[in-house]
Order: sequence, then C-alpha cells, then structure tokens
Amino acid sequence: MGFMALQKCPIANCHLLGWQLEASFHETMEENEHPYTLINVIGGTNGVYEDHVEFLEKHFKLITMKEFTENKQDLSHKIKAIFMWFHKPVVDRDLLQSLPNLKVIANCGVGVDHLDLKLISSFGVKVANTPFAVSNPTADLGMALMLASARRIVEGHQIAVSPDTKCFMADWLGEEINGATLGIIGMGTIGYKVAQRARAFEMNILYHNRNRRNEADEQAVGAVYCPKLEDLLQGSDFVILSVNLSPQTQKLIGRKELELMKPTATLINISRGQVVDQDALVNALKNGVIKAAALDVTYPEPLPRDHALLHLKNVIITPHLGSATSKARHLMMRNMVESILAGVSGLPVPNEVHV
Amino acid sequence: MQDSKLPLLLIHEVGGTRGVLEAHVPFLKKHFQLITMKEFLESKEYYCAQVQAIYSWWHKPVIDRELLKSLPNLKVISSAGVGTDHLDLKLISGFGVRIANTPHAVHSTTADIGMALLLAAARRLVEGCQIAVSPDTGYFSNNWLGEEVTGATLGIIGMGSIGYKIAQRARAFEMKILYHNRNRRKEDEEQAVGACYCGAIEDLLQQSDFVMLVVNLTPRTYKLIGKKELQLMKPTASLINISRGQVVDQDMLVEALQTGVIKSAAMDVTYPEPLPRDHPLLKLKNVIITPHVGIKTHKTTFMITEDAVSNVLAALNGLPMPSEVFPD
Repeated sequence: MGFMALQKCPIANCHLLGWQLEASFHETMEENEHPYTLINVIGGTNGVYEDHVEFLEKHFKLITMKEFTENKQDLSHKIKAIFMWFHKPVVDRDLLQSLPNLKVIANCGVGVDHLDLKLISSFGVKVANTPFAVSNPTADLGMALMLASARRIVEGHQIAVSPDTKCFMADWLGEEINGATLGIIGMGTIGYKVAQRARAFEMNILYHNRNRRNEADEQAVGAVYCPKLEDLLQGSDFVILSVNLSPQTQKLIGRKELELMKPTATLINISRGQVVDQDALVNALKNGVIKAAALDVTYPEPLPRDHALLHLKNVIITPHLGSATSKARHLMMRNMVESILAGVSGLPVPNEVHV
Repeated sequence: MQDSKLPLLLIHEVGGTRGVLEAHVPFLKKHFQLITMKEFLESKEYYCAQVQAIYSWWHKPVIDRELLKSLPNLKVISSAGVGTDHLDLKLISGFGVRIANTPHAVHSTTADIGMALLLAAARRLVEGCQIAVSPDTGYFSNNWLGEEVTGATLGIIGMGSIGYKIAQRARAFEMKILYHNRNRRKEDEEQAVGACYCGAIEDLLQQSDFVMLVVNLTPRTYKLIGKKELQLMKPTASLINISRGQVVDQDMLVEALQTGVIKSAAMDVTYPEPLPRDHPLLKLKNVIITPHVGIKTHKTTFMITEDAVSNVLAALNGLPMPSEVFPD
C-alpha cells in the first residue's frame, strides 16, 4: 500500500479520511469483507444447499468450480477461501498451486481424514472444521442406532408392514438397554454426549480414551475408565466407536477385538468405516462371535451392492446420517462462514485444525 | 411327574404366537402345576375344581363368563404387562376373583421403546436403512435430512411411571419437556426432569416437536388424539404412540399423515394388531410401526413372569398382592 498527501480518499463512499490510499488497498478491503470463496456447485444431491445460499452470498462472493475453471486467469488470485461442502471441491496440489492467495479452507463436519493437512499447511493455508455443530446429532444418532439394534426396530417394522404377517409372535424378543453396560471407545465431545444420554437409560458406562477424563467429568456420567481396551471389550453389552480416524485408530477393531467382545454384544460405529476391519466384522457377525452391529459409517460409502454386510440379518446400516439434520447443517455452514471471515482477515480462526 | 401338591396354574399354551415363553416354564414349574387350555378342555371335570390361578399372557386365555363359571375355586388372574383393557374387571371381580398386573417390570423397558421410536422417527432411521441396503442406491445424498432431537420440545401425554422415565431420558438429550396428565406431579418431580405442566392439552400440542402418548386405555382416553388434536400439532411434529392403538383416531391419523398436517408417526401399537394388510398406515413412508414390542426383551419378559408369580402366590396365601388391580 502506498500513501500520498494527507487528504480525503477520493473514492466515492469511502469513509477513510486522512490518507489517500492506493486503489488496490480499497479493493483488498472490499475483498476481505466479501471474500471470493470457491465452492463446488450449488444444489443437486451433493452441492451447497440452496437455502444456505442467501446467507453465504451476504458474506462471500461465491465462485463455483465451473466458473473458476472457465475463468482461471481472472479468478485464481482473487480466491481467498474454499468452502468445502462434503469433501468438494477436492483440494490437491494442483488446486493449491493455482490459488496463490488462498488463506483458509473451511471443511463441513468434524472429520478431516480426507484432507492432506501437511500439504495444505505447506502452502500456508489454514484449515477449519465444525466439531461442535455435529456433536449433538451424532451422539443422538449413536443412541438411535443402539436402541434400534437392541430392540430390533428395523426388523420389527418389516414384520409389522409385511404382506405375509398374520400375527405377532410372542417369543420375538430384543435385548434390554436399561441396566446394560455400554463401552464407549473415544470419549471426546461426541463420546461424552453419548455417555450423558446413556446414563439416563440407566446404563453402566465404561470408556477408553487416549487420555483419561477428569474425575468430575467421569462422575457426572458415572463412567468408569478402562485403560486397557480389552477390559472394556470384555465387559460391554454394547460397544460404541466415537474416535476420529487417524493412523492409530485405523482398524482399531479387528478380529482380536471382536473375539474379546461378548457373543451377546452389539458393535455400534459412528466414527469412520476404516476404524473397523470390515472383513473381520463380517466373519464375526456370520459366526456369532458378536451378536449384531449397527453402522452409520462404512468403507466405502456406499458399500458395493453385493457386499456381505448388506445381506446379514443382524446388521443395520444408515447412510452416514450423523450430522444429517437441517439444524446441524445450518450451524455447520454458519461455523464455516465465521472461520473463513476470520481466516481472510488474518484473525485467529475458530475451529482451526492444527497439523 | 410334577409335584401334585403345587397349586394348579392355567395358561393358554406354551410357545407359539400367544403362549407363555418356553424359557419361563422351568421357573413356573417350581411354583405351580402348569395346565394348558387344551389339557383343561380335554379333562374339564378333572381339573375344573383344582384351578386356583390363571396366568394371562398376551391376552390369552380369553377370560369370559363361561370360563369363570367353570372354575369355582379360581382365586386370582395374573395378567402380564400393565394394560388390563382386555379384561372385564367388573365381571371377574363379581366372581370373587382377584386381578393383578405387572407394572413395575415394564416401566424402564417401555420408556426405552418410546425413545427408540422417537429417535427412529426423527432421524428417519427405517427409511435410511432401506436406502443403505437398496440395490438401487448408487451414492448417498448429502441433502437427505432428519430432525434434530437435542434441544427439541417433547410433549408427554400421560406422566405416570412410564411417562416419567421417558422424561428422564429425554432430559439427557437437552429436550424441553412439556406434559399433560390427569393430575399434576409434585414440584420437585417436575424440577428433577425440567418438565413443564400443560393444564390444557392444546398448549402441549401446539408447542411440541414430538408428542408421546403414554396413557392407559380408558373410556376417557379413547380417541384422545383425533382430527382436532392432530391439527393443533405443528406440521413439523411427530406423533409417537406407545399406549394403545385406540387412543388415536386411526383414520384421522392417516389423513393427517397423507396431507402433511403432521410430519410423521411412530407407533408400537395399533388397532387391531396386526393391522389388515391393506391398511393405509402400512404404506406411508412417514410411518414406523413396530409389532407391539414394548416389553419384549428377554430380561423384562422374565421379570414380568416373576412378578406375576409373586402376585399369584400372595393371593393364594391370602396376602396383599404387590400389584392388585381393582375395577373402576
């Protein structure tokens, strides 16, 4: 920025007195208040939600990938942020190289296992996620899956509506939730909220975490720490996975872990498909090593249509619904907007993910 | 050979659709000589004076005047579960026979089913499962959404023991709880679950995102939820029924669901059970129905039998029964 004589800035509507500033400063100020933000697409099955666009356009100049590709020369240096909605647009080295002024990538959801954080950081770009917006609906869904599996809601509905049903069998029974033991693997924000909910169902709670929680937190939900995963697995009627996906948690639950579980136990996964060795899970379910599984996440999503998991009676699968409520998606969007506005202004970024 | 000194307990049958669970038979035989309706009818003269108690499981055996007349020494009918709307309490009482249900065994487990259905309805779980396994599914849409349960408003109609346990569970989801009941609960009970009393059911209906029916079936609660009540509900609201099918005007419910008067419904009970196979409720996408599984867990069904046995033994010994039921 350059300064000349002390006088009022001649640009119309500019409130800055005192210093005449180069046009580029003014342009930059405008861009920071209404930053050029790259998105994949609006609408359709996987684009940015149409009913979010009004709010987004208040804060950003939205540039779709199509517009960017058609007008790279003009736009590439203008784009300061990427609004990554369900992993799109894909951020790779090529894209990072073509956006010299990119400051921040806001990712919807809490998982960042699909991002090469080191690579992005090497370009001086910050990454933000939305951990808090997803925590309630994800904990809710964990409970929904556990209850649905134990009480056989999906099977029950099929019987209730089947054209072949003539009467309801008396000996058709499910598993008790109240008084049962829930083992929570991963007691972060989401895991803790699961514990709070499960406690109200009179469940006994065991948990395993990288770090033990403080005593007050444990007592508030009646949770007992298991430093050894084996103890949790052997003692639980329901095991719920609420860890993030990292090299340490990849295939955390494999054949050995499944065999440690009770044969009457149910595995619930609201983390990532890769936390479980899927082939070992199929075997365990087929052979009664564990009783049942309820999965909101698989690898890949969706599973191939001939995958064994889709055909087992003792499995329920939901199509990655952890944060799938209008309220949560709206809050995620708002969080991302905040992160982007802070990032382009050089302010501390809320929900920044550090490498 | 069973110990012939044990009192005779009449049951409908063992196993099958309506029979006492096979797993419970050893326990029952510790205390009673078991006789099925089939055995009874085949040798009526031999057994009729010996039957002292009946264990009613899923409304069988049917207790009518004819049966009561043929059992001169019947002292007690122990009915599994909490509902007694299938029994003519006045008629039975008129024969000097005492009646018991098993309310305590069922509270927590029925509350669990209420919450299971609420969560399944809110998050569109059954539909979601169908998408996840359907051969036609090529990808998951990110625009396929449900309703948030945390922080939503739950209106509980019927705040007895089961309703209260539902409130306790819902509170952990940070739900705002409204309730309507014949009688208002004590202040400390309300505060413990953060429940707000609605003297007028209309207020509850208008403010709730989820309406849960937890009343017993009586002439007062028959068709409690009809066209007017459904129209008072929010168009984004879900109705959850774990009471009895007859508490809801089913035809009006169908209409409300078809026309978007309410968003969805989840019910463990219908009238009749099962519904006729061509009933419109079976075909609506925004309906979840479970086959009356409220108390159907291994643990609870066994607790029910244990409680039923306690009631019968108390009656046969001329003692107060733990859960005696009297006609209104």
